[in-house]
Amino acid sequence: MKKIKFATVWLDGCSGCHMSFLDIDEKLLDLAGKIDVVYSPLVDNKTFPGDVDLTLVEGAVSSDEDLEKIRSIRTRTKLLVALGDCAVTGNIPSMRNQFGMNAVLRRAYVENKTIGGKIPNVNLPTLLPEVRPVHELVRVDHFLPGCPPPAEVIEYLIDELLAGRTPDPERRTRFGL
Amino acid sequence: MAKQVQVKTLKINGVDVGGRGDQTILQVAREHDIEMPTLCHIEGLSDVGACRLCLVEVKGINKLIPSCTTLVEEGMEVTTNSERLAKYRKMVLELLFAERNHICSVCVSNGHCDLQDLARLLGVTHVRYPYRYPRLSVDASHQRFVLDQNRCILCTRCVRVCDEIEGAHTWDVMGRGIEAKVITDLNQPWGSSETCTSCGKCVQVCPTGALSEKGKSVAEMSKRRQFLPYLTTMREERE
Repeated sequence: MKKIKFATVWLDGCSGCHMSFLDIDEKLLDLAGKIDVVYSPLVDNKTFPGDVDLTLVEGAVSSDEDLEKIRSIRTRTKLLVALGDCAVTGNIPSMRNQFGMNAVLRRAYVENKTIGGKIPNVNLPTLLPEVRPVHELVRVDHFLPGCPPPAEVIEYLIDELLAGRTPDPERRTRFGL
Repeated sequence: MAKQVQVKTLKINGVDVGGRGDQTILQVAREHDIEMPTLCHIEGLSDVGACRLCLVEVKGINKLIPSCTTLVEEGMEVTTNSERLAKYRKMVLELLFAERNHICSVCVSNGHCDLQDLARLLGVTHVRYPYRYPRLSVDASHQRFVLDQNRCILCTRCVRVCDEIEGAHTWDVMGRGIEAKVITDLNQPWGSSETCTSCGKCVQVCPTGALSEKGKSVAEMSKRRQFLPYLTTMREERE
């Protein structure tokens, strides 16, 4: 069987969804026979290749870099899965939305300063005015809520997609979890 | 002399059922083990039809009808499950999620929340409407309880239990539409309310993390609702 091209992306999230994915433990070995991980925080490839079959995205869209990344990834992957609550709902990163970006930056870097007190702006992605869930910006094919989604549900989703079926994760996970 | 009640016969999902004329479609359906989702309804309090999750189709009526506030009628033909109803129920839940800041992962009621449970039950895996992320207040002025407007869905269970069971009527709703919110007394801090008896009934009936006990952390706030059917039964027996 030909291996599919598989990628994972880490936008504004805590990496907990990636940890949950690794928690499928020994089943990673089976999976390794079926997928070729072409891009991921778990592998050492700096550019997202073309013609990817399946991409899991963890995290909300919070910066201009996130936005650029996810737009370009959407054009290079057949299937895009929003993995976890940050990607699906905005979750914790989106809690800054109700205060506004400037107030949050001021709070973190000026009001609570111990030394200096300057909002960092060199060589860093610019934060967007609002954090948004992935599907508000690009088309998403499947949603897997959960903070994080349980390992066995991530495994189920990948298995179903590899088998060419449409996963139905509805009852298996939920917001929050 | 006992009040005369008429028996009505109707069809729910094609099955012949009977109920008293003073019963709602929801009551009769549940008596016959026909389930449908509800959120603002809670056994033991009056019904207000606020959440629209118990909407049903009634033959001959074009619009959808809330089953918790509609009395049964002779010859009614009710449908409690259809593609159309599933579509609207999902839409209702998604709009509730989009309206305020329901961040389940860090909510005191995570894992014990009626809204979260219904989302899973009805297959809401994401929200198709743009989230509003409004800026809302948290009132922690009460000695024992917290009101977090971010999680409130305006079901008014707190308002009803306080008025109908406790008899204090501390809670009410102010404002209209998107501005509506639950308040204590005349919109003053809960801790300074003169009518609140600190009984905590509002906290226990609240379906989400909007009302919680102080000191509860993420996922720790499970509600204890046993008192409600107990109290209402005791009072009915006394009458």
